Amino acid sequence: MSSIISLSGIHKYYGDYHALRGIDLEIKQGEFFSLLGPSGCGKTTLLRVIAGFEDVSEGVLLLDGANMARVPANKRPTNMVFQSYAIFPHLTVGQNVAFGLRKKGLSKADMAAAADEALTMVGLAGYGSRAAHALSGGQRQRVALARALVLKPKVLLLDEPLSALDKKMREQMQSELRRLQRQVGITFILVTHDQEEALIMSDRIAVMFEGEIAQMASPQELYRRPATRRVGEFIGVMNFLEAKQTGTTEKAVSFDVEGLGNAEISVDQLPEGARATADVVGLRPEALSILFEGQNPTGRVADATVQDLAYYGDMTYYEVTLEGSSTPVTISMKNLISRPVLERGTKTRVQWDERSLVIFAA
Amino acid sequence: MLLLLAVPLATIFAFSFWTQDFLNIDHTFTLKNYQEAFSDPIYRAIMLRSVTIAGAVTVVTVVLAFPIAYFVSFHVRPERKAFWVFLITIPFWTSYLLRAFLWKVILGFNGVLNSGLLWLGLIDEPLTFILYNSNAVVITLAHAFAPFTILPIYVALEKIDRSLLEASQDLGEGTVRTFFRVTLPLAMPGVIAATLIVFIPTIGDYVTPRLVGGPDGLMIANMIQTQFLKLNNAPMGAALSVLAMTAVTLISLVFLFANRRFLK
Repeated sequence: MSSIISLSGIHKYYGDYHALRGIDLEIKQGEFFSLLGPSGCGKTTLLRVIAGFEDVSEGVLLLDGANMARVPANKRPTNMVFQSYAIFPHLTVGQNVAFGLRKKGLSKADMAAAADEALTMVGLAGYGSRAAHALSGGQRQRVALARALVLKPKVLLLDEPLSALDKKMREQMQSELRRLQRQVGITFILVTHDQEEALIMSDRIAVMFEGEIAQMASPQELYRRPATRRVGEFIGVMNFLEAKQTGTTEKAVSFDVEGLGNAEISVDQLPEGARATADVVGLRPEALSILFEGQNPTGRVADATVQDLAYYGDMTYYEVTLEGSSTPVTISMKNLISRPVLERGTKTRVQWDERSLVIFAA
Repeated sequence: MLLLLAVPLATIFAFSFWTQDFLNIDHTFTLKNYQEAFSDPIYRAIMLRSVTIAGAVTVVTVVLAFPIAYFVSFHVRPERKAFWVFLITIPFWTSYLLRAFLWKVILGFNGVLNSGLLWLGLIDEPLTFILYNSNAVVITLAHAFAPFTILPIYVALEKIDRSLLEASQDLGEGTVRTFFRVTLPLAMPGVIAATLIVFIPTIGDYVTPRLVGGPDGLMIANMIQTQFLKLNNAPMGAALSVLAMTAVTLISLVFLFANRRFLK
């Protein structure tokens, strides 16, 4: 598949402030791509650069092979769903959706038909004559989506479109957006600060910090093999344990990990450029599990004490300390009918697996 | 409060149905004043002129005020906006009467404008169409009311969510189309408010036509004053007042309905 968007060496300065620091990015046709990062990391700026609302200070932006330098926003084959939705309050829902169709030279009837079709696609059939200001948040979002999709853009840009919705609505829209994206086959670029949302929806995610892409990978890769400690911290929950390298063979590197003891890590598990003297390893909460009474261990075992717990209904998150370590470690356990929920202060055993240890590149 | 407003109004209303009988007021109910107001061409002409001048002042002010309001709202840096609004209110520092007098000085036969243009060689003899006629009234009133119109339009423009303008661009419209399809319709409540703010007081303005209007620039308020004080015909003056108020009310209602449509 060819790249629909290609960014190389994009820099953006606001006066002295260096907002984007050399972004290189290829996005494939039909991909659901997310820009993920904390606020102020430059993800929205990057989206606005692609839309044409910000000019680049340096670098080249190709959209479907065409250079976008000097192409204003209204001439680009991109459409945007704004964070505030930007629904025109003086127009009806139908007029909002048909707003961009004026340029297509359609007849009034064709325009209305196209708008109706787009509204049906987002589940708002029959809303055409309603006043735009009377809509709920979720409906506004759908109108914004219909208004952009009706123009059949090459790339749809979504600027934190779900952040203003409540949790239930957000979850519903997440799956609906995915469905829509598959249905229309348009490349979607989503900006979000919600790592869970990015994981659920995207084919590929670029994690950004301070104007740079820290890691670009599929959701699974990103979760399992975060390139840096910071990415690991940002995506999901991660435990960090001190580690000391004790030896290297051709096939494996051994570490002495705080509270867990010696661990041999296969070389294909090491990321490229991993420091030979890694002083910390990462471990996801589900990579550790509590051994309940009468359970036989299937992996390595360590002693631990429950310090605290958070009961979520389906899951319990335990905060334990390992024998010989004071670092709190989070363990997530599925709650089964046969399993008790342990109390604070309980001494227990945990089991873990060397294959789930994460070594960071830098 | 109600008393202060209602009693004079009621008195005017009552007077308009009476007649002047040399020195006394004849208290018999009659529509004679209104018949005269509608049939005498001089009243009709002056009433029409008042509406025309007020309309012209409104159009001139709003058309001139809009670009200024637009500039301050869209092109002045946010931290400077308060300063600009302050600058716009500077004309209020001198009294309205003084400003009307000053325009007389500027527009006069040997006034600032004419001497300036003569000195520059742009004209050979002083322009006479700029003072003591309705043009002078329009210029003076437009200047006096400009700040009143800039402010409501500015407020309406400030309220426009800037992402709406980006959305319009994103949907393929350039700057001009975006202005006519998004900015202007959303600024309409401000424009209509500005229109009412200018139109209502100017139609009954007395000072400016008196000072710079000359015989051709007199408006209904001057005629009402003449009736009350010079011709000693209070009932006729009262009838003209009631008619002027009715005209203002009707025209204002039209605008209010228009506003409701835009505010929807």
